[in-house]
Amino acid sequence: MDHLGFIAVVYGVTFTVIVALVVRTLSQGRNLASKVADKDKPWT
Amino acid sequence: MNEQTFNARVATPTTRLIGAMAIVSMAWVVIGGLIVTPKDVDQGDAVRIMYVHVPTAWVAYLAFIVTALASACWLLSRKHSMGFDRVAGASAEVGVVFMAMTLLSGSLWGRITWGSYWAWDPRLTTTAFLLVTYIGYLAVRGLGGSLEQRARRSAVIALLAVLEIPLVHFSVLMWRSLHQKASVLSGDGDIKMDGSMLTTLLVGVIGFTCTFAWLVLHRQRVLAMQDAMQMTQLDAALRERASESADRVEGLK
Repeated sequence: MDHLGFIAVVYGVTFTVIVALVVRTLSQGRNLASKVADKDKPWT
Repeated sequence: MNEQTFNARVATPTTRLIGAMAIVSMAWVVIGGLIVTPKDVDQGDAVRIMYVHVPTAWVAYLAFIVTALASACWLLSRKHSMGFDRVAGASAEVGVVFMAMTLLSGSLWGRITWGSYWAWDPRLTTTAFLLVTYIGYLAVRGLGGSLEQRARRSAVIALLAVLEIPLVHFSVLMWRSLHQKASVLSGDGDIKMDGSMLTTLLVGVIGFTCTFAWLVLHRQRVLAMQDAMQMTQLDAALRERASESADRVEGLK
């Protein structure tokens, strides 16, 4: 495959950033959800 | 001391379904984009960047439009529900990340096809300006004040900032640009693209859109809990201050 380095960086960075964002959002959410009263969480 | 325990769940069946759809679509994009789809006649393998570049750009546009719509709903609604403001903030945060990824992938693609990582081209420049505008929007959201003050000032900025999107999108038509014109949404209905390439691109758009929806739903829940904690701490501080004042008055008697 031509330009493999460029293509690998694009795919690698994009999916790493998305996974990092998902993990950060989940961990922040779980951390806060254990401290906030259920009445303030309409989705529960 | 007995510490109260609360339900630590943030996900719901809907967000789980959206997440599963995003994972399946993303797997398709990686396999389809890197292995299944053919090389482009002109660009060769560099076209594989398109399966990531176009969906991230689409999600960034979508995110900023959602921010503007949610801001308009906040301003126009009688109750000024803070839910609208949180959706606007969450969507802008996700949009900024996807816009930055669009610029990065575009820069690397440009290095292959144009021989340069960056050019002061109308599309590139207006896109960079859009990114800076929304970084500014997030900075304004971080300023002090009440939740209502935050919502009002950021809503006004969001409604002004969204006007840049047509400028970015049509910059390739209005000015001479290195950036190619729209291939799929060209308007004439004639899409000059191999079937597997088009399918992978569309699955990418669906997958990245699901990822965006999942992130915004979860992030606005995080913001809701942060706001709730802020209000609880404020209430506790006010109660403490009131109790101190009452003790002082009692001491004076």
